Amino acid sequence: MLFRKKKNLNEASLGLKIGAIFGILFLHVPLFFIILYAFTTEDKSYQFPPPGYTLKWFSIVLGREDIWNAVGLSLQVALISTLSAIVLGTLAAAALFKASFFGRDYITLLIILPIALPGIITGISLRSAFGVAGIPFSTWTIIIGHATFCMVVVYNNVVARLRRSSPNLIQASMDLGANNIQTFFYVILPNLGTAILAGGMLAFALSFDEVIVTTFTAGQQTTLPIWMLSELIRPRQRPITNVVAVFIICITFIPILYASYMTRNTTDTDGSSK
Amino acid sequence: MTSALEDFSNYLYRNKHILLLLFLLPPLLWLGIIYLGSLIVFLFHSFFYLDGFTGKVVYKISLSTIIELFSSPANIDILIRTVVLASVVSLGAAIIGFPIAYYMAKYTTPKIKVFFYLAIMLPLWSSYLVRVYSWKLILAKEGIISWFLAKLHLTWLLEAILALPVIGGPSLSISYLGMFLVFTYIWLPFMILPIQASLERVPNSLINASYDLGATKRQTFYKVILPLALPGIAAGSIFTFSLTLGDYIIPYIIGTSKFFIGQAVYTHQGTAGNIPLAAAFSLVPIAVMAVYIYFAKKLGAFNAL
Repeated sequence: MLFRKKKNLNEASLGLKIGAIFGILFLHVPLFFIILYAFTTEDKSYQFPPPGYTLKWFSIVLGREDIWNAVGLSLQVALISTLSAIVLGTLAAAALFKASFFGRDYITLLIILPIALPGIITGISLRSAFGVAGIPFSTWTIIIGHATFCMVVVYNNVVARLRRSSPNLIQASMDLGANNIQTFFYVILPNLGTAILAGGMLAFALSFDEVIVTTFTAGQQTTLPIWMLSELIRPRQRPITNVVAVFIICITFIPILYASYMTRNTTDTDGSSK
Repeated sequence: MTSALEDFSNYLYRNKHILLLLFLLPPLLWLGIIYLGSLIVFLFHSFFYLDGFTGKVVYKISLSTIIELFSSPANIDILIRTVVLASVVSLGAAIIGFPIAYYMAKYTTPKIKVFFYLAIMLPLWSSYLVRVYSWKLILAKEGIISWFLAKLHLTWLLEAILALPVIGGPSLSISYLGMFLVFTYIWLPFMILPIQASLERVPNSLINASYDLGATKRQTFYKVILPLALPGIAAGSIFTFSLTLGDYIIPYIIGTSKFFIGQAVYTHQGTAGNIPLAAAFSLVPIAVMAVYIYFAKKLGAFNAL
């Protein structure tokens, strides 16, 4: 449809199409190779094409207790950090989206800083602070680091939704006789719900495979990305690493897809039309 | 009906500033004390120095660590190498990312746009480590690229490229060229999205006007579209530049034995125990980014975010 109006000029040139397709392939083909390698029979090198295909690495991984412990720790950390980030990020968004007061821009900057600065700086800072305060490394030290940089993800999602929703809805609810608490539970929360959930999903995906800050706040504990990093530096169990990589792809893709599904069609503002 | 809770909520509704304070207090305490506190304490270490004999940090204010950072040629090498790499990666990401962003902004139907959007968001949010790992498979000596070039009888080309000074090396997975590819791949989504956002705002009528006035496609691109996309490119490069400056894992896994800023910070705080020098090294990306963001802001980068 679009292309018929003005032939030639409103149609993408061949070069542009090739460029766009190349870019998309560049982004995605590498992941396909990981999935392919998870089935290879070769276990000493990254030989391509794989000499044969097998499912045995999957069953071996299923029986590996150290990997399951790492998965468990990563899930626990991601879950608690996400919940903390949801609370803190939503509160910050609610406070900042419309308010104007002295120092507001600095507070916004402070929220963005943990992902704007290189992770290694955040990580080392927290590590030396734990050292100074005499706090031993535990699951909680990992969670503190993760919640700090996950907060901004929830914040961004909720602020975007708040900017799009109309304040008239709240007044309408009160005009119709609802009290504050009813308005909160029946109007505000359902309106924000999907944005909070989507932000939470992204925060979860971010936390589940974060490695840089975790390196500094984990001590001797092994999360799944830390296990993976040690294998990347000194490959000892290549086939197992391939299977774990596929597992990480799956577990992070699901929340991301879900988050984008939750926030689809949010360009229209509810209640903005008179 | 009138419970204490309701009274309290009415009180808050009427006193908005107290409500605001209640909202703001938990995130502010968290970020201000835990995050900012440790950040400032760590960075302040750059004003202390390491005692050469005892190997312990001396807590006296001095500029000796910062002078040490900028007076040693090895450290200057690390700084220059990292900044050059970050610039080249940003440029590479802009060149590869632009066609996708342009196609996405101007030539897609809403359904296809959603597809593109997902195709960019998935790698943006998903496993950094796994994506680095995939390139280890691809770049390995016995890996995919070597196999592919051998099939095309182009092995000589790969060997010629690897024989080049500076960017070459024993294999793609131990060379600057490989590192450049991986960095570009990893940060590409951060470049595409702002460019796409800035192109989306260029009205089609403007492009049509350029054609109507007799400009060719090439002229329209260089005189109309590219200048208007510049804020987006600047915004994207903030991410690619800053993320490359601080990364230490990719140079560790793919790179040569020569250090980048991230690795220098990592080694100095770790095995060497030289926290002051690590802190001084950390100041560099922060300072570079502050300057970079200042100029990007002038280019209008923040309107494109």
